[in-house]
Amino acid sequence: MRDTFAAATHEALDRDPRTALVLAAISAGMFRRAAARHPGRVIDLGIREQAMIGVAGGLALTGMRPIVHSYTPFLVERPFEQIKISLGHQDVGAILVSIGASHDTSAEGRTHQAPEDVALLDTLPGWTVHVPGHPDEVRTLMERAVPGDDLVYLRLSTHTNRAALPVGPRLNVLRTGSSRSAGVVVAVGPMLDRVLEATAGLDVTVAHTSTVRPFDHEGLSALAGAAGNADVLIVEPYLKGTSAHEVAEALADRRHRQASLGVSRRAEVRAYGTAADHDRLHGLDVEGIAKSARDFFLV
Amino acid sequence: MTTPATFSRYADLPALIGLMEGDEKHNAAAHSTLDVLWVLYDRVLAVSPETAEDPARDRFLLSKGHGPAAFYAVLAAKGFLDVPTLRGWTAFDSPLGHHPDRVLVPGAEIGSGSLGHGLPLGLGTALGLRAQGTRRADGTAPRVVVLVGDGELDEGSNHEAIAAAARLGADNLTVVVIDNASATHGWPGGVGRRFEVEGWETREVGGRDHDALQDAFTRPTTGRPLAVVARVRNGN
Repeated sequence: MRDTFAAATHEALDRDPRTALVLAAISAGMFRRAAARHPGRVIDLGIREQAMIGVAGGLALTGMRPIVHSYTPFLVERPFEQIKISLGHQDVGAILVSIGASHDTSAEGRTHQAPEDVALLDTLPGWTVHVPGHPDEVRTLMERAVPGDDLVYLRLSTHTNRAALPVGPRLNVLRTGSSRSAGVVVAVGPMLDRVLEATAGLDVTVAHTSTVRPFDHEGLSALAGAAGNADVLIVEPYLKGTSAHEVAEALADRRHRQASLGVSRRAEVRAYGTAADHDRLHGLDVEGIAKSARDFFLV
Repeated sequence: MTTPATFSRYADLPALIGLMEGDEKHNAAAHSTLDVLWVLYDRVLAVSPETAEDPARDRFLLSKGHGPAAFYAVLAAKGFLDVPTLRGWTAFDSPLGHHPDRVLVPGAEIGSGSLGHGLPLGLGTALGLRAQGTRRADGTAPRVVVLVGDGELDEGSNHEAIAAAARLGADNLTVVVIDNASATHGWPGGVGRRFEVEGWETREVGGRDHDALQDAFTRPTTGRPLAVVARVRNGN
């Protein structure tokens, strides 16, 4: 996804004189060609993340379209007040593109893990949040985001699904349960393939989205209404329960049950290893999702 | 009789500030930024209510957003704000609060209050104007002036922008530091040193001296960002 993002950014810089790329050292090597071709529109501030967001806000104030990129914790968490004040409060937009996701490079330790990112951005109004599950989705999302003026977050990961899915504001339905089905499972971004495998034996509807904000309330309500039970399990690759309030809002006029899977909030995980190790720990591997789904749907 | 011209002079600023804060408790001299703001809007910046949306206007970014009555008064004197608007300041439906909001205040380029945002925003604005080759009809390039306080410079975000600005060649960026010695731990060697060592051109002047301020803001620079340190004693 990172390579696709770099290619899409190169194209955007070539095509649209409004675009500017703002970096804080991370990935700078991938943009040398663009920096040579578009001096002044590829701005590497060095390891200065507060200035990275502030400069992006200033660029946007002059009518430019900043694309800002770094590792998840250094893009969203470290300069969070800049995101709130230097972007949101100034009423300007930017495209923030992170790599590293929750724990893609888990061997780097806690400092490079940021499962909190989407929940944190969710405290601010106006953000569109994309969690693509395939490089081709990244390309489409970038192509759609660049011409706008709004606040967009693209959360890239090294985890991908086998195939790209349509990107857009609506839930994609991958499997439709019967009229007596146990409920609906919503898989976010790269969680889809493992959700499909984990729920293969269950009579449930499986839906997917790579756009979690704004959340498709209407779509989820319709799927829950058509299912045998209005019970919804949402599986997200970041902090557990990040979208629980959106599910609750979508189902506010229905008697329902709901549950969330994601990265545990309980305790800091002081462990290295692989992303798969961490997924297993949080119950986000196929086995963990299957067990949680059986427990939740009471089968 | 009240006409717009009535409240358009430097001498009117105390009365305008009085509309907000009341005359009895405050006076214009208590505002450390007043003279710098006046000189900028009266003699330096190429911006007016008519050009407030012009992409090639000069931009003034009030980073030190607290104590904005002097800023609102100057905006009113220069016609960006209606004078009666000042009376309602800090009311729920007033566009004027204790910290300015650019979406609400005509002529305010940024919303500020939380310290340390203006300089990175100003750097981005300067780089954005340069990247787009923005020029006025007479061929001059717009400049970006950011006002910070010496206490505000405690915020590390400023130092990220100070370090980056000269190295990125932002020669259209000016910072004016209102230095009223309010930084908790001071700035040994002077505020200007922080800019100088990072490749800025630095000028120090009295913050109440209009001619000296004008000269510091307008004397040509040598292709580097400019820091003007305006020394002010509060209440003087």
